[in-house]
Amino acid sequence: MNVRALLFLLLGVGNAFAQGFAGLGTDAKGFAVPERGRHLAFPQDHGAHPDYRIEWWYVTANLTGPDGADYGLQWTLFRSALAPGEGAAWESPQVWFGHAAVTSAAVHRATERFARGGTGQAGVTAEPFAAWIDDWQMAGDSLDRLRLTATGKDFAYDVAMRAEGPIVLHGEQGYSVKSAKGQASHYYSQPFFAVEGTITLPEGEIPVRGTAWLDREWSSQPLAEEQSGWDWFSLSFDTGEKLMGFRLRDAAGGDFTSATWIAADGTATPYGNGRLVATPVETSRVKGQDIPTRWRLTLPDRRLDVTVGALNTQAWMDLGISYWEGPVRVAGSHPGKGYLEMTGYGQR
Amino acid sequence: MTGAILSALASHWRRNRLQLLTLVLGLALATALWSGVQAINAEARASYDAAAATLAEGRFDQLMPPEGDAMPQALFVALRRAGWLVSPVVEGRLRVGGTAVRLVGVDPLTAPPGSAARAALARADLDRLVRADTLVAGPQTAALLAANLSNPVLVDQAVAPGTVLADIGVAQKLLGRAGRISRLIVLPDQPLRQRPLAEIAPNLLLQRADGATDVGRLTDSFHLNLTAFGLLSFAVGIFIVHGAIGLAFEQRRGMVRTLRALGVPLRRLIVMMVLELVVLATIAGALGIVLGYLIAALLLPDVAATIRGLYSADVAGTLQIRPAWWLSGMAMALGGALLASASALWRLARMPVLASAGGRAWALATGRTRKLQAAAAALLLAAAGVLAVTGTGLAAGFALLACLMLGAALALAPCLGAILRLGEARAARAMAQWFWADTRQQLPGLGLALMALLLAMAANVGVSTMVSSFRLTFVGFLDQRLSAELYVDAEAVADRAGLERFLETRSDAVLPIMSVDATLAGLRAEIFGARIGYTYRENWRFLDAVPAVWDEVEAGGAVIINEQLARRAGLSVGDALALGPGLSMPVAGIVGDYGNPIGQAIVGEALFRQAFPGVVPRRYGVRTDDPQGLRQALVEAFDFPPARLVDQAALKAFSLSVFERTFSVTGALNVLTLAVAAFAILMSLLTLAAMRLPQMAPVWAMGTTQRRLAGMEILRTVLLAALTAVLALPLGLALAWVLLAIVNVEAFGWRLPMYLFPAEYTRLMLFALGAALSAALWPAWRLARMEPAALLRIFANER
Amino acid sequence: MLLSIEDLRKSYLGPEGPVPVLRGVTLSLQAGETLALTGESGSGKSTLLHLVAGLDAADGGHVLLDGQEVTRLDDSGRARLRRSAVGIVFQQFNLIPSLDVAANIAFQARLNDTPEPRALSRLAGALGLEPHLRKYPEQLSGGQQQRVAIARALAARPKLILADEPTGNLDEATADEVMEQFLALVAETGAALLMVTHSPRLAARLGRQAHLSQGRLL
Repeated sequence: MNVRALLFLLLGVGNAFAQGFAGLGTDAKGFAVPERGRHLAFPQDHGAHPDYRIEWWYVTANLTGPDGADYGLQWTLFRSALAPGEGAAWESPQVWFGHAAVTSAAVHRATERFARGGTGQAGVTAEPFAAWIDDWQMAGDSLDRLRLTATGKDFAYDVAMRAEGPIVLHGEQGYSVKSAKGQASHYYSQPFFAVEGTITLPEGEIPVRGTAWLDREWSSQPLAEEQSGWDWFSLSFDTGEKLMGFRLRDAAGGDFTSATWIAADGTATPYGNGRLVATPVETSRVKGQDIPTRWRLTLPDRRLDVTVGALNTQAWMDLGISYWEGPVRVAGSHPGKGYLEMTGYGQR
Repeated sequence: MTGAILSALASHWRRNRLQLLTLVLGLALATALWSGVQAINAEARASYDAAAATLAEGRFDQLMPPEGDAMPQALFVALRRAGWLVSPVVEGRLRVGGTAVRLVGVDPLTAPPGSAARAALARADLDRLVRADTLVAGPQTAALLAANLSNPVLVDQAVAPGTVLADIGVAQKLLGRAGRISRLIVLPDQPLRQRPLAEIAPNLLLQRADGATDVGRLTDSFHLNLTAFGLLSFAVGIFIVHGAIGLAFEQRRGMVRTLRALGVPLRRLIVMMVLELVVLATIAGALGIVLGYLIAALLLPDVAATIRGLYSADVAGTLQIRPAWWLSGMAMALGGALLASASALWRLARMPVLASAGGRAWALATGRTRKLQAAAAALLLAAAGVLAVTGTGLAAGFALLACLMLGAALALAPCLGAILRLGEARAARAMAQWFWADTRQQLPGLGLALMALLLAMAANVGVSTMVSSFRLTFVGFLDQRLSAELYVDAEAVADRAGLERFLETRSDAVLPIMSVDATLAGLRAEIFGARIGYTYRENWRFLDAVPAVWDEVEAGGAVIINEQLARRAGLSVGDALALGPGLSMPVAGIVGDYGNPIGQAIVGEALFRQAFPGVVPRRYGVRTDDPQGLRQALVEAFDFPPARLVDQAALKAFSLSVFERTFSVTGALNVLTLAVAAFAILMSLLTLAAMRLPQMAPVWAMGTTQRRLAGMEILRTVLLAALTAVLALPLGLALAWVLLAIVNVEAFGWRLPMYLFPAEYTRLMLFALGAALSAALWPAWRLARMEPAALLRIFANER
Repeated sequence: MLLSIEDLRKSYLGPEGPVPVLRGVTLSLQAGETLALTGESGSGKSTLLHLVAGLDAADGGHVLLDGQEVTRLDDSGRARLRRSAVGIVFQQFNLIPSLDVAANIAFQARLNDTPEPRALSRLAGALGLEPHLRKYPEQLSGGQQQRVAIARALAARPKLILADEPTGNLDEATADEVMEQFLALVAETGAALLMVTHSPRLAARLGRQAHLSQGRLL
């Protein structure tokens, strides 16, 4: 899921950040680099890795209200380092960003928070697990039992998440390759959360329940230079099986795809470049640009042939960095629900 | 066939390089005008915003420590984690090379948008601020810092002198206050849910935003007006493009006739000419954008900084080329060219194959079109009149502007014609009579250029009036609201009487500021008590007032209200206003108020204390010649935190000096628009020159020297320019009036006073004449130096 | 002697160096005398006329007009000569388009500060221009325009009238009619006339004839 890395590195967050990252490009001077064969250890690796340039704790949830209406929920904590390592108080080179969103078929609401590491305003601890920025938090005794909260000017949510399956490692035991040139990240997920809680909107509180998917990824040299953006899918099928897949778009047209098929018991099967095929079939006008909001996904190895359509085509994250992220419905050989993220379409 | 047509079309340009040059330059200049004005407007906005932002430090609510001037940084984290969006500030005096500067440390990640600190820091990069310990300061202070400290220093014009901005971590280190902060800014937009403040930090004092210095409403209005003038410059540009294109087509009527006679299909010919135009317009547009940027860069005040801005982004607040300018500039060149060519192509398409090529000069309007034009002008101006009286809404305001400008432009030729006819009738001598008659004959040919001059001049008069009116209003408002040199926030002082006594003995005058929330005429409002003295009498300007307004208010017999209250409650001077039960008095004056959305009423101190005995002054304005000394004395005597003592005079002086930059910017606008209009005149004169020879040769043969004819050509151009400029003056004033008194009222609900600046108009007028004169010089010189043989050929050749 | 021309020379700069147009012309004209100047195209007829009128400067030789050495005059001197001593009628583009007929007729006389309203109206009457006095040149036919030019040239009462193919642009019938009126009026005012023409028939009607060929008088 290098998408986000690209976001930060290439688009930058506002002027200040863009300049701060300018010139860093895709090299990883001074930062630790993901290594093939590194064994991921838990709960330690649930915590922050300040020696790597970027990292995130990324939750997406597909929820349903009492009337059957669909809702999507996003909670993300990004860590981006100006330099490797930690420092005391304001001297910390770690910068934290939070993004939160609530999406219904009609309305998409999103907001963001910023913080510096070192003061306690934002951070992550592995045990007991807690990830927070300001009053937003994802915390619990362990990663299996979490409470997730966020507030914005015009929305808030507070939900409990309970893991009903194992953690899933992507790529080679959590080493996920992102380009033919070998750029990679450490990447694992917990896609088996059951969720229950409330979403608060200006109109009132809505009790919701459903499923959530947590992504964890960290890296320092995320994308090849010519890669311009990505389309990323996390799908949960009615059969209990799941699919994580992404397509990294190349300016020259040579797309790079990768997928992980997750059986209902959590057994993961990675599929390398070219096995998953993702084709846009319909675009919508979003913020003045055409964004693909209906896709065809095929994975012949699994006889998968589905269409993936946005619940709300206008799920644009119009924040310091902007991208499209929202819930989707899946139809075809494997019906289900999921989340879609697309970046690099609105180069601001 | 295409190749043959192309070579025929191109051959015209090869043989008439000057025409090609005027076409490309005309288009380029129109584009340059547009993109230059965009750049200048942006600079004007930036300068104004910097001035406003400096004043806006009190625009946010703040949380202050209960005593002393510091609190633990942990409070900041506790508040953030409780859902309170606050941003920490550490502030203190730092001695640098024997001078004390005010060091303000902020957290760029949490600072609210719109704060001066955020604006300044947004221009630097985070890495440099946070990790390279960079300091940001205005030019003088930056020099001081660079000479004495090892920190990297970034120069930013928008930072007040004597103030240094830095990342909060850097500032804590320099001030020796690790883990301590001075205050917290409360962001305007807070989340849906948060824990009560009393639960988290019960001791902190919430200091409400100080609305009095919020000039946001003035700022919005200023921006709207600049936008309107940007559009006006677009109109000037379109006129010039229209002229250039019209010429390019009309000059080739003969060739078109020949080509068609030889069997070239009309459709193909038109397509080729449009393509040719697109190519030329693209080249000219690109040229114009670069030119516009360079012109703006050269005309803008801080030339050195601007040039540096061309090569690196190191200096803050300099000119930048934005993609929007490129695009709109290109659109201007292409759209303008196509728009302008539409009518020429239409005429070309309708022209019979064998129409005479030279018989009717390109722009010699027939009597019928002249009448049509006059009728359209009359209609548009009448519509403007009707809109001015009966129109409501912003759209009507802009429609009024459009009618006025277009009507005036169309009316120009008929007006000038009438004036010239008058001159002709009164001319006694033969040459004089010929001069007037011939000048009138030039009108159609120079018409578009003169319209451009009219609009350019009117725009300049309008801009000067508008900006200068803004300035006077801004300055007047600041003088009125920030008249004291030092403001003392007395909230933290228990011994209020002692403080007052101290201030009385150390200053020229003490102005207690006390207010109470109230409901006046059914509207939310505040009542202020004022100690009326020379400060109020000298500084306050009224929109309307009785003669002895202050005496009546001081005696407790009358009240002053602000414009907002007057408009909303429908009150005029003399009307009675109930201030409370059994307390009603007449309105003695209405005062303009640009810093505050709600109603205000001002009464004398005695009456206020009597009516609201429980209210004590929150703040004191202090008049003194030595604000720094008094400040020091207060800090020592009452242990005042420096943040509670605002040196308003320094702040005001700085924001005014920044605002002054806006005026050099208007100067630049004047130069630019008039230069472009002058070029349009030059272009027209050069094109007309060949056509003029048959008109002048008989006069020459009849016994006049070429030099005298050349002199008369200059005089003619200057006369036309002068008449146009005179007509432009009322138009420009009307323009400013519509913007200030109609558009502004429709957009913002209050009227900006309009002031007149005769000296400025005279200067503009002279400048316009100078521009016309310089445009006329070269064609005249060519005429004076022409070989007689060239004139003689006129009489011999069939042309 | 009203006009005396002596060894007059003039060349123009062509693409391949100077082209001699007049190669030493000597000629004289008494007051009231009429002279027709004939010759092929390019023989220098018009140039001779222009040099006499002070419209151009000679390269060598002398032109003495009414006691004034024209070839020695500077630009403003020549302008003064044009408005006071000569009246010129060209083949075309004779009139000032921005002035009406009346103003055109009076123009040179007013320029010379010698307008005589009665003389002007007599001239207009003689040439049949009275109905057209308020019209502008572009509203007139070619013949009418040329009549206006003639009236203007005579209105200033010059001692010498210079005419360059004055009817060359008109159809034959109109040309004859205009020429009749022109010669009659010249005779009436007693001015001398130097007229360039290519028509031997016309030339024969004037007192003397001179023929130019390759820049020399034959």
